[in-house]
Amino acid sequence: MWDSDRLVYDCSDIAMSDIYVSWGKYPFQEQPGTDLQWIDQPLPVSGKFLPQGKARSYGDSCMLQGGHVLSTRFLRRFIAFDATTGVIRCEAGVQLADILDVVEPQGWFLAATPGTKYATVGGCIANDVHGKNHHLTGSFGHHLIQFELLRSDGQRLICSKVENSDWFNATIGGLGLTGVILWADIQLKTVTNSAINQETIKYSSLGEFFSLSNESHDSHEYTVAWVDCLASGNKLGRGHFIRGNHARVTQPKPFHSTKKLSMPIQPPISLVNNWSLRAFNTLYYHRQQVERKLETVNYDPFFYPLDGIYHWNRMYGPRGFLQYQCVVPPESSETAITEILQRIAKTGIGSFLAVLKVFGAKESLGLLSFPRPGTTLALDFPYQGHKTLQLFDQLDEVVVAAKGAIYPAKDAHIQAKHFTTYFPKVEQFLPFKDPRITSSFWQRVTESDL
Amino acid sequence: MKNWIIIGATSAIAESVGRIWAAKGYQLFLVARNSQRLEDVAADLNVRGASAVKSFSMDLNSIDHHDQCLEAASAAFGHIDGILIAHGTLPDQKACEQSFEMTLKEIETNALSVISLCTRIANQFEQVGRGDIVVISSVAGDRGRQSNYVYGAAKGMVSIYLEGLRNRLYKKNINVITVKPGFVDTPMTANFDKGGPLWATPDQIAAGIVNAVDKRRSIVYLPWFWWGIMMIIKHIPEMIFKRLSL
Repeated sequence: MWDSDRLVYDCSDIAMSDIYVSWGKYPFQEQPGTDLQWIDQPLPVSGKFLPQGKARSYGDSCMLQGGHVLSTRFLRRFIAFDATTGVIRCEAGVQLADILDVVEPQGWFLAATPGTKYATVGGCIANDVHGKNHHLTGSFGHHLIQFELLRSDGQRLICSKVENSDWFNATIGGLGLTGVILWADIQLKTVTNSAINQETIKYSSLGEFFSLSNESHDSHEYTVAWVDCLASGNKLGRGHFIRGNHARVTQPKPFHSTKKLSMPIQPPISLVNNWSLRAFNTLYYHRQQVERKLETVNYDPFFYPLDGIYHWNRMYGPRGFLQYQCVVPPESSETAITEILQRIAKTGIGSFLAVLKVFGAKESLGLLSFPRPGTTLALDFPYQGHKTLQLFDQLDEVVVAAKGAIYPAKDAHIQAKHFTTYFPKVEQFLPFKDPRITSSFWQRVTESDL
Repeated sequence: MKNWIIIGATSAIAESVGRIWAAKGYQLFLVARNSQRLEDVAADLNVRGASAVKSFSMDLNSIDHHDQCLEAASAAFGHIDGILIAHGTLPDQKACEQSFEMTLKEIETNALSVISLCTRIANQFEQVGRGDIVVISSVAGDRGRQSNYVYGAAKGMVSIYLEGLRNRLYKKNINVITVKPGFVDTPMTANFDKGGPLWATPDQIAAGIVNAVDKRRSIVYLPWFWWGIMMIIKHIPEMIFKRLSL
């Protein structure tokens, strides 16, 4: 008889499944896993495991080949919401979409949100995610009040800035390696109107991107740019700069249909290839005829444009895709981003979605947090074997030389020799790592065995 | 605003249905065995918008306490618009083959306790002339298979009981819905090799249940394609069926 108190936790009994596979479907397409459904359930009694949310990380930071993942996808209950203070307490598997459904009608909003609302709270903490307002408000960790951490030895720790603060800082951005996050208290922000007054500016060079970012720093709460990464020469870095502020209270909220498109099946080959990319990028750049366009948009397409298509990752076919997301410091931002875009344009392996954003100066709390002052560039590539990995190695040379970093949540390629350069506080982090928790990412970047 | 009783409220499908109803501002009366987990679910549904949530902790195999449970629900909300019966276990088929006691226990949990609740609530609804009775049965109840015929027999009993009940209550304006989910990716099915197009999420099943209630359906296969699969399975001649390893 099935009994939630006696879950099957002997990983030899757990079947491989595609349920627990990361969003990029590379490098692994199968993953054994089991589910934590209740806060009071015991953890696996033996073997190595990795806590996982909805597996929205792209690469292998949420995967554990040779062990099993402990998914929190059923640990998704709200515990309390105080509509006067805007503090919401929920279990780690609650998705941001659920939070928005509850709080947005009451005038509250997420203080920091990544580009997908299907990420879980636990995942947002473990990756210290950032959003379009990083330049003013920092990352997810800055709006975290406290959480409970369950260690594999059964120890339960309440962590906040004042209580177990060392554990607090290790777990923010800690890639799930410090223990299982059970629940968290998050500080929301009030908004006059969740809709966004958005301005899209068609710009024609990288230099223009940086001056627009500068000019918008104080005037706009949200800034980001889409880049036509196949443009080269004097058009290098051209794209659309998108900036916005929450609408005034009197403005009507634009309707947003809850009906979504879906990729119903996975095509046998990637639909994203050099031909479709060149066509898409050129058409998309010229889609907007005027230089500046002002419109009021619903928060959903503004923050989560890709969430409008279910299973969009399937369009990359069975081989999956990789994302290259790096950050380079302010002083070398322009030269390094130029060099990266040049190297990509030269290979002709384009990216469907290239996104540029200038981070703010607010220091991240996590020992392994990715966000730091500088400019971040994110590019999606269909996995084309050696060719893709070789390009990534070439891009790494630029990032290492610029003293930048790569975002673990998106990564499936960086080498151990670069990891400590990107994350200099690794040594400080090590004492907090749970001895029974590891990930494929962690094994790769620390060259440790299971 | 409606008032619903959810039996087996800590099961994954029931939780998902509860979330949809909570968002609509319903008042919910939750019943399950584990009181701590019941409180966790109640808190969740409160935050998600339920107008009121009351919980009642009991072992549903204690049939003697069923009246007390239903009375508490009526006392809490005045009138009841519907009941969702979602509790159940997934028996260890191999163990049941060796033990009649275990088989009986499974049939008590998955069939007799359901029939007890339905008997009582049906009479209550009949008196007031309205109410919805929604029970989660299973595609497994459509035909006996060697891999889980104890579970199948219990669910089959529930399905046939509900057919009769529906027939009896139709003229009284009381709708009876038999929900027949296929493979559902819940913690109850943790030992299965999941993935692939046949597996549905509890949220998908829940959306189907809410829709069936709104449209006053009778028998719903969830997702819908299980209707086709079960039509084929039900029509395989026994001469052939008995040779299959299903």
